[in-house]
Amino acid sequence: MHELSIAMNIVDIAEEYAIKENAKVVREIEIEVGTLSGVVIELLKFAMEMTVKETILENSKITLLNIPARTKCLNCSENFNIEEYYSPCPNCKNYHSEIIQGKELKVKSLYID
Amino acid sequence: MCDTCGCEDYNSNVTIRKPGEELEDSHQHTYAHNHPHEYNNKLHQHIHNHLYTHTHKQEKHTHEHDHILTHNNHEHDHEHDHCHTHGKEIKVELDILQKNNLLAERNRGFFLAKNILTFNLVSSPGSGKTSLLETTIKKLKEEINFYIIEGDQQTMNDAYRIKKTGAPVIQINTGNGCHLDSDMISKAVKELNIMENSVLMIENVGNLVCPSLFDLGESKRIIIISVTEGDDKPIKYPTMFESSDLCIINKTDLLPYVDFDVEKAKEYAKQVNHHLQFIEVSVKTGEGMDEWYDWLRKQKG
Repeated sequence: MHELSIAMNIVDIAEEYAIKENAKVVREIEIEVGTLSGVVIELLKFAMEMTVKETILENSKITLLNIPARTKCLNCSENFNIEEYYSPCPNCKNYHSEIIQGKELKVKSLYID
Repeated sequence: MCDTCGCEDYNSNVTIRKPGEELEDSHQHTYAHNHPHEYNNKLHQHIHNHLYTHTHKQEKHTHEHDHILTHNNHEHDHEHDHCHTHGKEIKVELDILQKNNLLAERNRGFFLAKNILTFNLVSSPGSGKTSLLETTIKKLKEEINFYIIEGDQQTMNDAYRIKKTGAPVIQINTGNGCHLDSDMISKAVKELNIMENSVLMIENVGNLVCPSLFDLGESKRIIIISVTEGDDKPIKYPTMFESSDLCIINKTDLLPYVDFDVEKAKEYAKQVNHHLQFIEVSVKTGEGMDEWYDWLRKQKG
C-alpha cells in the first residue's frame, strides 16, 4: 500500500505550490504515472480519493496521466513500447533493452484560481 | 521528519531501538504533530497545531518533561487586488518521491565520506536474510566491521539474533509501514554511531513490492530469493528485480525436494534486469557461501 504514501506526497506538493502561488482554488492537478513506476493507477486513484479530504485538493479534478513504457533494444536499436520489464524486442527478440520512458512518477501541473 | 508529508506524525508509529531498549528502563520519544491546512474561497487561512511530548524514563535516573507547544488559529489572511477568473497553469514537474530521494542522497554522501559500504537487503518474508547476515558476520567479523539495521513491522527478534553475533545492531519497527525509508535510516545511523571504513547491512521489511521504490542511500541493493518460492518470482515482482544489483538464491540444499528451476529463475531475472549478478548459496550447509564472501570483499576493495 505504498500508493497511500504516494498520495500523501502529492497532496503535500499541491499544498506547497498552492500556498506559494496564493491559490484560492486548485481546479485540477495533473499527475504523471509511468507504466514501470511501481505504482498501480487504480490504487493511486483510490488512495487519492481518501487522502484529498479536507485538503486543498478536496474538490479538484485529479488527472492521472499514464506514461507508456518505451525501451530501446541494445541489440538492434529498435524503439518499442512495453507493458512489462521482461518484454523482448519485436524485431530481434532480444531481452536486453534500455528504458527510455515509463518510470515517471511526478506532479506535472496545477490549475489554480 | 517523514518522507511522506514532512511531519513527525508518521514516525509516531515507528520505533528505532537497540536490543534491551524496549524493556522497562527504556528511553522513549513520542512525537505528535498535527498541521491541518484549511482553505476557503475568500480567505486563505493557514492553521498549524503542534503538540510535542518528550518523556524519558530510566530505572535509576528519572526525569520527565512534557512540552506542549500549541499554535492555534495562526491565521494569515491574504487579499489580492487581482483575481484569476480562469485556471492558471502552474508547471510543477516535481518527482513525487523527491523528499525520500533527497534524504537518500544525503545518506549516500555521509556513507561515501566515511567510506561506509551500505547494502539494502530485500526479499519476501522467510527467504533467510537474517540467517545469511548471522553466518556472514560470524565468518568475516575479523576482517570487516559490520553494523546492522533490522527492519520489521513488529518485534525485536531479529535484532536479538544479530546481537548474539557481536555486531552493533538497531531495530526499526515500522508499525503498519510496509517499507523502510531514507529518513528512518538517517535516524538509525545516528543512533548506531558507525565507524569509518565499515559495512552497513540494512535488512529491509520482508516485502517484494513497496521497498523497491524507496532509495535508502545504499551502495548496492541485494535481492534474496529462496528455492522454496516460485522460480517465476522475477517476472511476478519485476520492479524489485529491476532495481537490484545482486540476486542471492538461498536454500539450495532443498533443491532436490522442490520444483524450483534455478536456470529458469535466472533467465527470468535476466529478462527483467540484464545487469543482475547471481550467487547460489545454502546458508545452512555453507555451500556457495565462499563466493558470497568473495563478492563482499571485492565490493570493499
